[in-house]
Amino acid sequence: MSSSGKAWRNDAHAKVTGGAKYTDDLKFARLLHAAPVYSDFVHARLVRVDTEAAARAPGVVAVLTARDVPGTNRYGQIVRDYRIFADDKVRYNGDVVAMVVAETRDSAIRAGDLVRVEAEPLAAVLDPEEALKPGSPLVHEDLGTNVVNTHRIRRGDVAEGFRQADLVVEESFRTQSVEHAYMEPEVAVGVPRPDGVIEVYGSMQHPFSTRRFVCACLGVPLSGVEVIGTPMGGGFGGKDDTAAVVCARAALAARILGRPVKMMYRRDWSVRESYKRHPYRVAYKMGVTKSGLITAVQCRIVADGGAYCSVTPWVTWRSTVQCCGPYVVDNVHCDTVGVYTNNIVAGAMRGFGSPQMNFVVEQMVEIAAQRLGIPALELRRRNMVRQGSVTITGQRLDTHKVAMGEVLEAVVRESGYEEKLARCSRGRAGGDELYGIGLAMSYRGVSLGAEGTDFCAAMITVQPDGSIILEAGVHENGQGAESAMMIIAAAELGVGVERIRYRRSSTSTIPDSGTTVASRGTIMGGGAVTAAARELKAKIAEAVCAQLQCPAGEVRFAADAALDGTGRRSVAFDEAIRQMYQTQRFPHAFGVFKAPRVTWDEHTGQGDAYFTWVYGCQAVELTVSRKTGKVRLLGAVAAHDVGRAVNREMVRGQFFGGMAMATGYALHEEIRQKDGRIQNQNLNTYRIPRAMDLPEMTAIIVENPDPQSPTGAKALGEPTNEILAPAIANAVFNATGRRELSLPIRLSAAPEEPAEEDCRL
Amino acid sequence: MRLNINGRDLEVADSVGERKLIAFLREDLDLTGAKNACDIGACGACTVLLDGEPMKICIKRVRDVAGHRMLTIEGMAAADGTLHPLQRAFVERGAIQCGFCTPGMVLVAHAFLLKNPRPTRDEIRKAINGNLCRCTGYQQIIDAIEEAAAHYRPAPEAAPAGPPSP
Ligand code: FES
Ligand code: FES
Repeated sequence: MSSSGKAWRNDAHAKVTGGAKYTDDLKFARLLHAAPVYSDFVHARLVRVDTEAAARAPGVVAVLTARDVPGTNRYGQIVRDYRIFADDKVRYNGDVVAMVVAETRDSAIRAGDLVRVEAEPLAAVLDPEEALKPGSPLVHEDLGTNVVNTHRIRRGDVAEGFRQADLVVEESFRTQSVEHAYMEPEVAVGVPRPDGVIEVYGSMQHPFSTRRFVCACLGVPLSGVEVIGTPMGGGFGGKDDTAAVVCARAALAARILGRPVKMMYRRDWSVRESYKRHPYRVAYKMGVTKSGLITAVQCRIVADGGAYCSVTPWVTWRSTVQCCGPYVVDNVHCDTVGVYTNNIVAGAMRGFGSPQMNFVVEQMVEIAAQRLGIPALELRRRNMVRQGSVTITGQRLDTHKVAMGEVLEAVVRESGYEEKLARCSRGRAGGDELYGIGLAMSYRGVSLGAEGTDFCAAMITVQPDGSIILEAGVHENGQGAESAMMIIAAAELGVGVERIRYRRSSTSTIPDSGTTVASRGTIMGGGAVTAAARELKAKIAEAVCAQLQCPAGEVRFAADAALDGTGRRSVAFDEAIRQMYQTQRFPHAFGVFKAPRVTWDEHTGQGDAYFTWVYGCQAVELTVSRKTGKVRLLGAVAAHDVGRAVNREMVRGQFFGGMAMATGYALHEEIRQKDGRIQNQNLNTYRIPRAMDLPEMTAIIVENPDPQSPTGAKALGEPTNEILAPAIANAVFNATGRRELSLPIRLSAAPEEPAEEDCRL
Repeated sequence: MRLNINGRDLEVADSVGERKLIAFLREDLDLTGAKNACDIGACGACTVLLDGEPMKICIKRVRDVAGHRMLTIEGMAAADGTLHPLQRAFVERGAIQCGFCTPGMVLVAHAFLLKNPRPTRDEIRKAINGNLCRCTGYQQIIDAIEEAAAHYRPAPEAAPAGPPSP
């Protein structure tokens, strides 16, 4: 299966035949449709939302606003500042002031134009640095400041560190706002059930936080709403807050109107309203000795969080912890600030605060090496974390294999890096196509770390005929989480995977297991599944040990049977289960996995930030046209230590998908705002990578099973997405001699316009 | 007016002609394989084949396909459920993640391989360039199409046996 070279996943057949039912594919009798209503404002005090005309429009059943919310209108994972409907102010152009519910979607959309918003415009603050200055307009007046949060690291003595340095490099970097661009826009259906429960089907990656928001909005207990996992057309971290609020709105309308209500987002609404990756401004100063030892780093990170808090404190925390990349630095002074502005909200996106910092650090080390006249590889090798190294937050890396060098050397070898570096065009005359190769690497703390509590549950119930139903508190985001859980359970139970059916869980069938973010699905869910499988085996062993004539502790499971220690006596799995039911012993098990404890001191920014780390390195080759500045990618190689690859082809898929998304980040993608209004709201103008934009990619899977993970697996979804942008920037430098300190990289002077071919009909 | 969808004739009232084709397929016929991801013809998630040519249906009306033969993803597998070799290759090469782009991708690739059964990887890239996928980086999709090509016969011979082909 996972080793046969063929991919396997439980939902592939349904997806390839068109049979998979995503939220918008579901049918409900007497279904109503809801559409959001936006205002033209970017920052304004609401006076009145006049819904009368809209309510009288043909087909309209109701127009709902903040007044109609029976529970709380404000929600948020950290700070409850985001509104289901704008109630006091409009804080960004994506704020929803009302929702029209109608018999058809078209009627709902048309009537939305009739909603009149009376408001007093306020001065908007659209620049995060301006927002920090005294006298700036305040996005949330009650806070008295536009600061969302701050983080800091104080380690060693930076003044002394810079004194020891022979070279001090100082640069400023900027990164842009980018869209997740999941192919399926937000959609939710709320369905009132005869028992009073509201069922919610929706495209969201966090059923449990969705349930919290929905229940708070409706003012009902958590048992009063059932959020049902539904296949999702992509998330990438982007289907948390906004997707949850879409669910809340659909559920609210369903509850008030007593009919199923669907709220299906158009792409332009999705882009306008949903949160993005944080744009960063980073001022970075690095001290190095002649021989390439990094002696000190001082940096200031400003993250534009947009109008609401979302998870800005957590995203910027990761940036802070990883602000020196995978390098040991004894003297570090880092100040990070998340800022409110009237721009589009920023929140979680694959990478979660690391792509921005890697773009900075992985160029800084190359700039320093170049000025010192030593190879960048040498500087990397000299400073990178090794077994037993202490990180900039004081964490000793000794609980797992530190594979930084291993992945670096794998990529250097596979890509032919050193030999190709010598062939780069920089500093040479001639040729229309400039050639360059570039490399970048990172380490990454796994799972939520000190960002949140980390635990997960799983349940296994064997049916009387020996077939197995498995359920876990991880959500299928499209990455193959369910399949991974099934493979892990089958391996642990010693049975064939075809015996197992994954029951898509609802929030009413399994305890709140947190969110499938931070690449935590496999490690946390897999840990819980392993725990449940072990408990189940203990129960079965208890039931069959007499027959096997051995102590229960010696019973083993393999080849769909329970065996004694010697393997001579065995009871078939089906038979063991049959006997258990006969003797009223239920083959049911519940397993929990809790992440090992982490520690953090807010004041000094010191502690064991994450319980384990992953290591990755990527290289890319490209050419730059001397005339047009157009970048063409020729090939890319990536090596990541994933702990253990549970489902190999799916693991490769995470490599390629992450790298592709990073090429968009590097070269094409940018949410363009004009006076706080997003200009490129659909896929013709917001350009994500296409097949011809991408090179052939090579995935090198490095496996060093993690002792703290019951399956050995670590994380994968995010690391693959966080280093190709700096690798591309380094390759561009090696091709052209130009250092690109802002994203996206634009080598031609002319701003990139949406290509006409994009609109080909 | 007369439609032909997945090999079946279908008579619909002229008044249906003005209806958006994607809504007609998804809502009236419950053929939900075609997805709506942009609604402006920019992503290919809604692709079907019309007389063997890819068509993005989010920007079409029902009348636009009257008198033509349409193949949707639901018509790719054999009647008994056996996957078309191209679909099998998508499954086995790991070309499917969230699956939202998959129906359109499979159909575009099918149309392409019928015309060019011995393609290079660059030709495959070009063929699927109008179809967006955010999950896979296209690499394993291209692997799948390359692998499935062996099941398509060079012209002028007939299209592969099994599933209906337009
Ligand atoms: S939905 Fe038709 S092309 Fe995007
Ligand atoms: S598999 Fe998700 S968009 Fe292609």
